[in-house]
Amino acid sequence: MEMVNITIDTRKIRVPKNYTVLEAAKYANIKIPTLCYLKGINEIGACRMCVVEIKGAKSLQAACVYPVSEGLEIYTQTPAVRESRRVTLELILSNHDRKCLTCTRSRTCELQKLAEELNINDIHFDGETYKLPLDDFSPSIVRDPNKCVLCRRCVSMCKNVQEVGVIDTTERGFKTIVSSAFNKSLNEVPCTMCGQCITVCPVGALREKDDTDKVWQALADNDKYVIVQTAPAVRVALGEEFGMPIGSRVTSKMVAALRRLGFKKVFDTDTAADLTIMEEVNELIDRIKNGGKLPLITSCSPGWIKFCEHNYPEFLDNLSTCKSPHEMFGAVLKSYYAEKEGIDPSKIFVVSIMPCTAKKFEAQRPELSSTGYPDVDVVLTTRELARMIREAAIDFNNLPERYFDDPMGEASGAGVIFGATGGVMEAALRTATELITGKKVPDDSIEYNEVRGTKGVKEASIRIGALTLKAAVAHGLGNARKLLERIKAGEQYHFVEIMACPGGCVNGGGQPIQPSEVRSWIDLRSERAKAIYDEDRSMHVRKSHENPAVKKMYNEYFEKPGSEKAHELLHTHYHARDNYPETK
Amino acid sequence: MSEKCCCCATMKDERMDKLDEIINKHRNEKGALIPVLHEAQELFGYLPMEVQKKISEGLNVPLTEIYGVITFYTQFSLQPKGKYKIQVCLGTACYVKGSGQILDKLKEKLGINVGEVTGDGKFSLEACRCVGACGLAPVVMINEDVYGRLTVDDVEDIINKYKDK
Ligand code: SF4
Ligand code: SF4
Ligand code: SF4
Ligand code: FES
Repeated sequence: MEMVNITIDTRKIRVPKNYTVLEAAKYANIKIPTLCYLKGINEIGACRMCVVEIKGAKSLQAACVYPVSEGLEIYTQTPAVRESRRVTLELILSNHDRKCLTCTRSRTCELQKLAEELNINDIHFDGETYKLPLDDFSPSIVRDPNKCVLCRRCVSMCKNVQEVGVIDTTERGFKTIVSSAFNKSLNEVPCTMCGQCITVCPVGALREKDDTDKVWQALADNDKYVIVQTAPAVRVALGEEFGMPIGSRVTSKMVAALRRLGFKKVFDTDTAADLTIMEEVNELIDRIKNGGKLPLITSCSPGWIKFCEHNYPEFLDNLSTCKSPHEMFGAVLKSYYAEKEGIDPSKIFVVSIMPCTAKKFEAQRPELSSTGYPDVDVVLTTRELARMIREAAIDFNNLPERYFDDPMGEASGAGVIFGATGGVMEAALRTATELITGKKVPDDSIEYNEVRGTKGVKEASIRIGALTLKAAVAHGLGNARKLLERIKAGEQYHFVEIMACPGGCVNGGGQPIQPSEVRSWIDLRSERAKAIYDEDRSMHVRKSHENPAVKKMYNEYFEKPGSEKAHELLHTHYHARDNYPETK
Repeated sequence: MSEKCCCCATMKDERMDKLDEIINKHRNEKGALIPVLHEAQELFGYLPMEVQKKISEGLNVPLTEIYGVITFYTQFSLQPKGKYKIQVCLGTACYVKGSGQILDKLKEKLGINVGEVTGDGKFSLEACRCVGACGLAPVVMINEDVYGRLTVDDVEDIINKYKDK
């Protein structure tokens, strides 16, 4: 890499030639405030929070887009720079709906933090404030345009990373807003509800639909038997909400917190992930043997499912008919478990703690109520759980270690790795290999590194007996598009895993939000995935078909994967969706 | 109000085929969107959702981006235009001389808001930026006709002139 010499606030440093001034400053440990910037996602120089003085340049320059060059002299803290940043920020604040006290992003808001860091103690402009309606029609996402600072980070995420493009800047001048076409609700456009836009929004303009009230109410209702289940990705991220380092594993503290909140049973969605693997591998083997539709594509990511229904209806028959794990679990709890424990299923209230906003939408799908009751009653994101824990004044960091309840708390490492991209594939491979060959594979050779990691589309050819299984993994919907187009062009695979969120569930739309300052320099996807793979290695059982709870369920209830009962409770169907239905 | 809806059945006319031609002609150009929108606007007089959807599919550009472009540039319109397109200049000079009141009067007389068309399809109302006739402020344009130095009291007469045309 070619290097250049630059001076930044009188310090002389050597940096790669392709750096921006912002990157060079970061390298020199000099902080420059930013607002619209998000490395790799939004580098458009729109907000001018990051201005610096460059020797010889006529005006102040935006550090986030200004390239370094040999001999460049940069000043990040001159009076002109400070004044300019302050005016910029005051102008943004002047027409901002400054209701920090009741805003979900208070404490994690980048705008609030800037105001504090730039020592803003008065706003010298009377901004014209106007009140726009809230869009809260979607079961997953709430948009509050009055809090939007027009940084366009969500737009880039939705359009360039997810390649969905249902939000954009519209109108002009003072009226400019971020909205959908015809200012429709996100509920009426092909939004996948992935929530990735929320995780990049610096302020409270985008947030999840808060369902904590419903859970408090259920917990207070003596007539209800409230069971909670938690997805694998939650345990490697929840700690961040309580100040722990990224990648902390807090499984046992999380269970303790859920007990204190008053849930009757605390179960592990991973148990159902193991069940999913049993059903899905059975489906895969069946399709390969009997000439069924291939590739089989995974169905555990509801954001991906909705994306497919809107944009690729030709692939609906490729989708596994398996419900996503937490939905399977809900159905099992209201049938098998209810019978076994003698609980009236109408009294069972299932709460899923998920890293995902799309699962809120999924839980509302009418077809996901095999027992006559919704499989899952409420979905809470990791962030909402943290809010409940804070509201209940639980000292999370000092909680004792507690473990999931039996019998539905038993899970395998295969169920855990569902939380990272490639995990469903790997879990399926662990089981498929043994089921097809009938031979046991030692634990030291069950890790499939070719499907791990953050590369957008991963491919692998795996020898299983006489079969060479061709597999592909895509994460993030933009990558999903690339892979699907490849398949349409004739590329052949047996098995394909798609997750809507970049990095998979560990980086889901319901996970703790990290500011640009952190996200731009630390890869959340790999840090949290590391914790997932560590958790897998710490488990006694690491293959789904060896999970004793799952074996028991088949013995006592489902008989075998793909049985009639399994189909009734564990499988579902999909339908094409109109992208922009004409409404009058 | 019985506004004619021209975006459903009648839209499946030959103009939609023409639109296909326009899209195909520009499909492989860089920055095809703006020229396609221009030609579509000329063809239909405005850019309803059906037209935008077709362009979105044809050029593989998200509908929201197209909507964003249309609402950004004043020359594009989401609403059909009336036979007589009334434009009221709200540039500084006109505004100072009372074009705001004239606009209000027009709204009242026609019973429509800015961006709308009267039920009979005769008049549409728009506010526009400086038309470069500041010496005549306040200025109203009806199609190609320019009316300057107007007062609120002139509004009725002018409308009547076109009503019976
Ligand atoms: S978005 Fe930030 S600055 Fe605005 S009200 Fe919420 S916390 Fe306060
Ligand atoms: S939830 Fe996903 S698809 Fe919907 S607007 Fe946000 S980023 Fe786009
Ligand atoms: S909604 Fe949030 S991310 Fe999107 S432009 Fe507004 S402030 Fe930025
Ligand atoms: S312009 Fe650099 S952070 Fe916005």
